[in-house]
Amino acid sequence: MSAHRPKAHPILPGTAEGPLLRLTAPLSFWGGVDPKTGTIIQVRHPQCGTSITGTVLCLPATIGSSSSSAVLLELIRLGKAPAALVLAEPDAILLIGCLVAREMGWDAPPAFELAASSQHKLAAGPVALDRAGHFSPLRQA
Amino acid sequence: MPLALTDTERAWLHGEGGEARALAMRVITGTARIMGAKKLVEIASAHIDGALYHGDSGTLFGERLAALGAKVAVPTTLNVGALDLACGTKTRLPPHEHEMAARMMRAYEAMDCAPSWTCAPYQAGHRPAFGSDVAWGESNAVAFCNSVLGARTNRYGDFLDICCAITARAPYYGLHIPENRRATFVLDCSKLSPALRNAEVFWPVIGTLFGQRAGTDIGIVTGLKGFATEDRLKAFGAAAASAGAVGLFHIEGVTPEAPDLVTATGGERYPETIRVTPAMLDAARAGLSTTQEERVDAVAIGSPHCSIDELLELDRLIAGRKLARPFYACTGRHAVKALEAAGRRDALETAGVTLVADTCVVVTPILKAIDGVLMTNSGKFAHYAPGNTGYAVQYGALSECVESAVSGKLIRDERLWA
Repeated sequence: MSAHRPKAHPILPGTAEGPLLRLTAPLSFWGGVDPKTGTIIQVRHPQCGTSITGTVLCLPATIGSSSSSAVLLELIRLGKAPAALVLAEPDAILLIGCLVAREMGWDAPPAFELAASSQHKLAAGPVALDRAGHFSPLRQA
Repeated sequence: MPLALTDTERAWLHGEGGEARALAMRVITGTARIMGAKKLVEIASAHIDGALYHGDSGTLFGERLAALGAKVAVPTTLNVGALDLACGTKTRLPPHEHEMAARMMRAYEAMDCAPSWTCAPYQAGHRPAFGSDVAWGESNAVAFCNSVLGARTNRYGDFLDICCAITARAPYYGLHIPENRRATFVLDCSKLSPALRNAEVFWPVIGTLFGQRAGTDIGIVTGLKGFATEDRLKAFGAAAASAGAVGLFHIEGVTPEAPDLVTATGGERYPETIRVTPAMLDAARAGLSTTQEERVDAVAIGSPHCSIDELLELDRLIAGRKLARPFYACTGRHAVKALEAAGRRDALETAGVTLVADTCVVVTPILKAIDGVLMTNSGKFAHYAPGNTGYAVQYGALSECVESAVSGKLIRDERLWA
């Protein structure tokens, strides 16, 4: 079944479930996501107004501020973080948020690497991600 | 290949340098593994972006480190906080947030970071040597440090920066490695009018265009030799690092690693040369404004923080007139001191300029909470103000900002762009 689905490479291992949200343009978490609500607030972003909370969030590229780690850390503390991060390439800034969260004893989302070209092959809808980075669709309840 | 640590580094990781250093080492080695670094590198200085309040989590982390007795091991400056301690401009932070922001600033000062509180530390005396390894945060400061000073830093995210300062170590990858600092595309500005290239208002626009093309790539701009000043390079880098993940740019004949194309590209063939046209600039400039409304409710300048030269230019442009709109000039305490020494602080404040030091209007709520239009000459403010302040943005030259603030309505001079 999942043979033709892309497999992501684990960066910070873990499992996750949630609706797949594929960003259609790069996003800086600082200035781009409200740390209190998890909503995209960058007005020039095509998905402005969408919530990233609880999603399997696929980012095609990273841009912008070095405070994105702080925004992610606050989202994690408040329980508003994505369920998993799927990055086109490892991004030190964002993932520091996960590393520091673990130091503080807060539940950080796992992170995976998947090329932007492969992210395009992922269908929308609820998905599960296992530790090895396999995606599988979840049936809606 | 696994991460190789020295005996000292391994001992610190195992707690022999105290728990603060062990925590910092865990974050640094975790990052090093994520980024595929093979070793750590000793750093000469740090600039900390992580002391800006974004929520209680950051305060709690800073206080955790301070409570463990952490002290920085290298000269370390602080980027902006969420409060104006130097000029006393009031923020609208609610009491809890205000207290947590103040606690955060105190925690970082307790770790012996210098209370510079500026996003332009390179204009406040913190200028690492060419070729030295450092750990800097704040995207514009990183871009300036790498590109204009030729020191080597990656774009350090909040919290990793303080960990590096505590241990004097950073993961060795990315822009620390000389081979990774070469340009792979060319942005050619040589066909643009000299008058345009010589105008302040051009630099955030070309910076935006550069950042949009660059993403995480490194490029070189040609055709700007003879037009660059330090403040223009500052504005370029800030705009580029807002529009893309730009940590390093080269400008041929201007920045130290780009005396010519061959040196900056490592002698390799570069795949792409983009010849900048007026139409491309028009599109980038239009993208910096988010409204067609011919209205100005407030003006903000100083992202990155105004230098003393920029404050004196503002004073010259106001020319003793009164401003009819709120006008915020964000700057560092180093520049406020220089402004006082020049005897011009009173004149600026009498005209109606609000000096904002230690912080800025886009990172903390200072602007009136209205549905309004903010005018700015900063590509970075233009990029982030709509999301962070709720204001729509009009981008323009400093002279246009001043004339608009004096008259109370949007004033533009389009001749330069024609």
